[in-house]
Amino acid sequence: MTKLVEVSELVKRYSEQVAVDEASLEISEGEVVGLLGANGAGKTTLIRCLLGLLDFDSGRVSLLGESPNRNVLRRVGYVPQGLGLYSELTVEENLDFRREIFGSPRIEGVVDDRRVDELPHGLQRRAAFTAALAHRPQILILDEPTSGVGPWTRAELWDTIRAEVSNGAGALVTTHHLDEAEYCDRLVLMAAGRVVKSGSLSELISGETAVEVTTDRRDEAFAALTEAALLTVLSGSKLRVVSADEQQVTRILSAEGIAGHAAAVAASLDEVFIATSSR
Amino acid sequence: MTWSVEKLRVEIEGRLALCDVDLRLESGTVTAVVGGDGAGKTTLCRVLTGLLRPTSGSLSLPATIGYQPAGSGSWGDLTVRENLRFVGDAHRFSNAHFSERLGEMMEATALGPAIDRLAMHLSGGMRQKLGVAMALLPRPELAVLDEPTTGVDPVSRIELWQLITRSVTSGTTIVLTTTYLDEAARAGTILALEAGSPLAYGTLTEIGRLLPGALWSTDTQPSEPHRWRRGGAWRVWSPDGHSPPHASRLEPDLNDVLTALSLATNREGMKS
Repeated sequence: MTKLVEVSELVKRYSEQVAVDEASLEISEGEVVGLLGANGAGKTTLIRCLLGLLDFDSGRVSLLGESPNRNVLRRVGYVPQGLGLYSELTVEENLDFRREIFGSPRIEGVVDDRRVDELPHGLQRRAAFTAALAHRPQILILDEPTSGVGPWTRAELWDTIRAEVSNGAGALVTTHHLDEAEYCDRLVLMAAGRVVKSGSLSELISGETAVEVTTDRRDEAFAALTEAALLTVLSGSKLRVVSADEQQVTRILSAEGIAGHAAAVAASLDEVFIATSSR
Repeated sequence: MTWSVEKLRVEIEGRLALCDVDLRLESGTVTAVVGGDGAGKTTLCRVLTGLLRPTSGSLSLPATIGYQPAGSGSWGDLTVRENLRFVGDAHRFSNAHFSERLGEMMEATALGPAIDRLAMHLSGGMRQKLGVAMALLPRPELAVLDEPTTGVDPVSRIELWQLITRSVTSGTTIVLTTTYLDEAARAGTILALEAGSPLAYGTLTEIGRLLPGALWSTDTQPSEPHRWRRGGAWRVWSPDGHSPPHASRLEPDLNDVLTALSLATNREGMKS
């Protein structure tokens, strides 16, 4: 598979603060790479460096074998967090503007003639996709593309991404929404500027566990577990404890005389992410 | 205690915003209302908090209700402490009572180091935590939280859920809206809305039983009408149970059930 994007050992500092710390990643033809991380982990900074929008201190960025330049950026489609549309123009005017810049063909079908800021959020997101993909880019860089949209619009947006990728493009997608990770072929987890884990979803969660607690005395069990500084949350009629083992949980419950059953269960990506970020 | 909403119908300027919504809210439970843009989630929150009068239907709700409107609900030009103080004053808390609740909230939210920071200078996750803390401060019998975790990163999201769990285990009933299905699955009860009408309502197990026929997964694009993409593969729902070619059968999760019900309601396959 041809490598479309290669970032190696990228470092970006803002005065004393290191925003991206020796991060490396690759995107090949036909794959969706998910870039996951908390706010401030360095995802957006990394993206801005690889698009040439921000200078970096050291490391190397290659887009289709070249360092970021105007010519190669014509083959990139970018949806920034803030949509990247002119909100006081209509969708049609935005698309015309893009078409002139990229020299891309006119889009068939009915184009919305409402102003972008008059559209519901889901339609704004769709318009941003249409604008970013109209010139058939080989590389898609999507920064939280589905933020704030409903589950069905989200499924449609992912349909669009997967369709472009099955035609040979490659995509880098950031999301806070870890159940979108299943749409990605590979995942890269960032924390404090560093790439802390990468691999397929099944590789990342394999062998990782959380503890599920079944008890009739839920409220007391929650109080005892949080008193012991364990991160505990509701899960339907049960409780789930992140980053703990079942013996530890059983010990805490029995010390309080709370009857219940603690079982190790497969961790979700969210839980793996939290355990990794706090290590 | 059990609170309830029956046969709720809301028309706004002649347009139907909600219809046939029923809810049973038992004390110490979380109900997640899930749906996309314009599904009616915010309208339902406004009815539950008394900000919007329903066109018809009956409501039986408690006297004290906490509310976090969508988009955080705090005042940007007040500090964290001032925002909470404002809520305390509105509920006529004594100084001693306020100090006690403030201390508990700071412990539960880890907002202590930012207590004198203006809300506008908080990160998105911290601002959402403040909004939830404001809704929960008076220990309401019912708290209505409108998209408390939208735009919040995974670390802050789990902390918000710990805060919600803490409040639920002290007897508060919570209704929250979300666009995330994994989060809806965490709540005990789920109401999925589409265009103002319930698509599904019940516990995770009950909703799982709503889908007749069988669900299949296949790597090649199928021709069946009820198909959608899930990850790199395709899902096919066959209401009569027949198997598409080269497919393996799956147990549907919440995402599958709601997508299939939504397709059945709209009678059209998702674009390929």
